[in-house]
Amino acid sequence: MDAATAPALVLDAPPSLRLSVVTKASLVYLLLVALGAIFVPSLLPEGFGQPSPQQYLPPGAEGHLLGTDLNGRDLLYRVFTGARISLLVGLAGALIALFVGTGYGILAGYVGGRTDDWMMRGVDVLYAVPRLIFILLLVYAVEQPLRAWLFATFRDTALVGLAQYTKIVILIFSLGLIEWLTMARIVRGQVLALKSLQFVSAARSLGQTNWKIITRHLLPNLAGIITVYLTLTIPAVMLDESFMSFLGLGVDASQASWGTLLADGANVINPVKSYWWLLLFPGLLMSTTLLALNFLGDGLRDALDPRRRER
Amino acid sequence: MLAFIVRRLIGLVVVLWAVVTFTFLLIRITPGGPFDRERKLPASIEQELLKRHKLDGTEGRAWGIRVGAEFGLKEGLRIALGNAGSLGQQYFSYLGDLLHGDLRLSTKYRDRSVNEILAETLPVSMLLGGLAFLVASTVGVWLGCYAASHRDGWGDHAAMFSAIGAISVPTFVTGPLAILLVAILLPIFPVGGLNGLWSLILPALVLASPYVAYIARLTRTSMLETLGQDFIRTARAKGLPEREVVYKHALKVAILPVVSFLGPLAANLLTGSIVVEAVFNLPGMGGFFVNSILNRDGFLLGGVVIVYCAFLVLMNLVVDVAYTLLDRRIRLF
Repeated sequence: MDAATAPALVLDAPPSLRLSVVTKASLVYLLLVALGAIFVPSLLPEGFGQPSPQQYLPPGAEGHLLGTDLNGRDLLYRVFTGARISLLVGLAGALIALFVGTGYGILAGYVGGRTDDWMMRGVDVLYAVPRLIFILLLVYAVEQPLRAWLFATFRDTALVGLAQYTKIVILIFSLGLIEWLTMARIVRGQVLALKSLQFVSAARSLGQTNWKIITRHLLPNLAGIITVYLTLTIPAVMLDESFMSFLGLGVDASQASWGTLLADGANVINPVKSYWWLLLFPGLLMSTTLLALNFLGDGLRDALDPRRRER
Repeated sequence: MLAFIVRRLIGLVVVLWAVVTFTFLLIRITPGGPFDRERKLPASIEQELLKRHKLDGTEGRAWGIRVGAEFGLKEGLRIALGNAGSLGQQYFSYLGDLLHGDLRLSTKYRDRSVNEILAETLPVSMLLGGLAFLVASTVGVWLGCYAASHRDGWGDHAAMFSAIGAISVPTFVTGPLAILLVAILLPIFPVGGLNGLWSLILPALVLASPYVAYIARLTRTSMLETLGQDFIRTARAKGLPEREVVYKHALKVAILPVVSFLGPLAANLLTGSIVVEAVFNLPGMGGFFVNSILNRDGFLLGGVVIVYCAFLVLMNLVVDVAYTLLDRRIRLF
């Protein structure tokens, strides 16, 4: 970017996004999945989500569109209640990553110099450490004490019900706290480029405080790239969560996510008798959702940064 | 060059020390001990176990309490100092054993040493990971070059579409599906277990698939950038065939970002994949990583982490050396 031609407060803000067909289709698909997660479980007949003696019904049998599982629960119901958990974890985790990554990146890029060097060296080190150690230790170090504290503090009140959500909350936080690294790198690079531009020096010479420069001048210019990486962080967090759940370390069994369903599905694939629908349908829904999120992120990036499209 | 490598190897020792210290402290500080059970073990048995696994630290504790008493500290502080002394003694004796190449006994698999466990499982993981690495790097780079040189053609679009697809589908979906399709319905491959090289082909392909996609995307981006440069125009102007321009001239430059991705990737793949090894029932190292944390098996975790970090640092060293060989403009030493 040429400093002389860039006095604007908000650079290159596209008046209207030119999105490709694939990107638009992805957006529509994601909306459909979200609507399904909200409405489908309550539209199904009463008792479809409860255990019943009709175990392992194939797809289509007795009104069960996708079949039933080991406990006779309807798979369609489970797939969409699982979507609630998976989407929630993905979104919340990505938002946490967004705040941490943006804050860290802005700080490093804006302060610059040796501070920047050290902060980015820290990011490099964290990239190298196996992330699983962090999640597992965080979950194990925090969960029991937090649960005990909740029980002790809110013993005779309705709030004690919160205790069943401790695991998922901790999981969201720990996933968010490991997925911010890429965001920090990208934001820092952008801040480094932006802060040397004319409008920032102009703001500074007019006596704006650092805080105002960051919130009024830098953040609006970062909004685009942050949105892009938010869309790309959501699938990453969802993959991590399902990975944890697949290993039996994620959310509790009562709040089955896609990872939990996939773990169940993978267990019933064997040479004797394969209940393939338990693997195929959750796998299909999860993969297409991740695919749509990745397409959306890529598409947004191309739309916001025309130079990248050339590559 | 030699001085550079030696310097990096010294750095490796420092990194290993830092990582060992970090994991040791983390696993000791977080709540829960290696011998905690649903029903608490009798104190004498627990003492015996701690002693056997060199985790008691009695002398260090006594030393801490004595020092605390000498300075006339309150009781609570003296106990804290005693705990610190105990931890310190455990830590330094562990470091001493590590320097002798002894990774100690696992606290979960009581009668097996960590050295033994690693010697048994690491080769399996390395073989599987090595195969996957070969597939990922060769197919990925070739696919990326093909897509870049046929830019915006249908081949390019198809390749990049399936690349995003392969990144989006987790291995614990592709793994069981692959078993269902080509091991159960069409019995080409064995369902699981380790039985010769043939049984590793399917797991290696499954393990490689997301990385093939990732490398293909990386190569394509880098290749497109390179193809726009002046020396490529010169090569074309000389009348070189397009194949030679892409695979001989451009690839040499375009491969650099891929090479730096390959270092950490090799370390990751060679030290085992938890999911693929579990799905295909292979006796590799991946599972121990999770289990050692869940079992609070600090020494086993220490061993696994040491292996992983050593691989990571060594592979990054290989990458740096490869860089200087590929790109003469870069001088490291």
